[in-house]
Amino acid sequence: MQFEVIFEPATLKLFGQGILVSLKLLFISVTIGAVLSIPMAIMRVSRNKWLSTPVWLYTYVMRGTPMLIQVYLIYYGVAQLEFVQSNWDTVPLLMPFKDALFCCVLAFTLNTCAYTTEMLAGAIRDTNHGEIEAARAMGMSRRQLMWRIVLPSALRRTLPAYSNEVIMMLHGTSLASTVPALMDITGAARSVYSDFYLPFEAFITAGAIYLVLTFTLVWGFKLAERRWLAYLQPRKA
Amino acid sequence: MEEYIVNILKGSVLTMEVALGSLAVAVVLGLLGATAKLAQSKPLNWLAGIYSTVIRGIPDLVLMLLIFYGGQILLNKGLELVGYEEYIEINPFLAGVLTIGFIYGAYMTETFRGAIMAIPKGQMEAGYAFGMSKSRVFFHITVPQMIRLALPSFTNNWLVLIKATALVSILGLPDMTMLAKQAASAARDVTPLAPMLFFLFTGAIYLAITTVSLIVLKQLDKRYSMGVRRGEF
Repeated sequence: MQFEVIFEPATLKLFGQGILVSLKLLFISVTIGAVLSIPMAIMRVSRNKWLSTPVWLYTYVMRGTPMLIQVYLIYYGVAQLEFVQSNWDTVPLLMPFKDALFCCVLAFTLNTCAYTTEMLAGAIRDTNHGEIEAARAMGMSRRQLMWRIVLPSALRRTLPAYSNEVIMMLHGTSLASTVPALMDITGAARSVYSDFYLPFEAFITAGAIYLVLTFTLVWGFKLAERRWLAYLQPRKA
Repeated sequence: MEEYIVNILKGSVLTMEVALGSLAVAVVLGLLGATAKLAQSKPLNWLAGIYSTVIRGIPDLVLMLLIFYGGQILLNKGLELVGYEEYIEINPFLAGVLTIGFIYGAYMTETFRGAIMAIPKGQMEAGYAFGMSKSRVFFHITVPQMIRLALPSFTNNWLVLIKATALVSILGLPDMTMLAKQAASAARDVTPLAPMLFFLFTGAIYLAITTVSLIVLKQLDKRYSMGVRRGEF
């Protein structure tokens, strides 16, 4: 084992930048995905078929195909199309496809949004019927009922499942290394491997970084659950 | 055009082979892991605990690269030690199956542990009281009841596993994903839409596989919960 190589300034810098890229990818896609999932979850539980079916189809397709295919579809598919490449300097809508980071973020966001939507929709469906009845008895409109009663509690109850999703997405960002020009943690490890031919050192370092990040997320979500889900905690004897 | 499509369809056979092969490895490792976690021995508990925590905390892709590239070196170093000089290349199919199996074994460990813990203890005790051996109790009393309890989470793991097989394309195995990627760049002259087309087609095959899996596993669930009354409301 030659872990000295890992602790050389150049390699450390590579991994440091990799961590920043991974966290950036994670933060942007998870945030946008979560925000979009709220209206989508409301549509998903709607009794109106025209609202719920498209969302169902979207989540079904996204959850039934590998994220690698989704990344390839956007990066090697859409962004490599002849007419996209010849027009992306003039059409503002196509411009972002020039950027590898955007392609990855788009794929990751669409993916995490689908999973989050299903989780949140499940939590909304599981809302205690008594709470809804009480809100109706108070004379709340449908909108008030959603914003004041259902969503605050459904968002909290999604938290444990959502923490798993965020961790899965952290691991999912490693797929960014399959796109050239993007150096996330895994990308840094792959470049160290190919430069020095040291697979153990390179990938164990990357694995250790991911483990630390995973445990940090687990710990953070535990704190969040203690803050927002305290009322569901089992009572201590 | 057709040749690429046929090629990808052929690749789907390899995808299924990798998926089913790694599922078999994962189930065996999961059963071993779950028994180790529930065993009366501290070292075994620890070992299984480290296995299931560390593996689940690291991305599949990193583990695959580690095991595939690292295993190659480890194997040859080991062979050198015992005096074997020739360089051996690990079969990427075997490496893929073992790696994915090893990773999902950790998830299966948790699935099976939860299921075993949910079986009333009296069931196993009754088996022992009849003088059944440990392995007999495990295979005749624990496992048949465990299947029903493990099925929902097993279904989830299987769906994630199928999608994870797309990663073997990165190790150089010609599965659907790799063939689609090759076709996407090769067929650009044939049709300008080629890059998108092949990925959409491959995605549709994955979707078909997951849909069929869901239907089959639902039937299995029905079969195994026949004697169980669910809370009706």
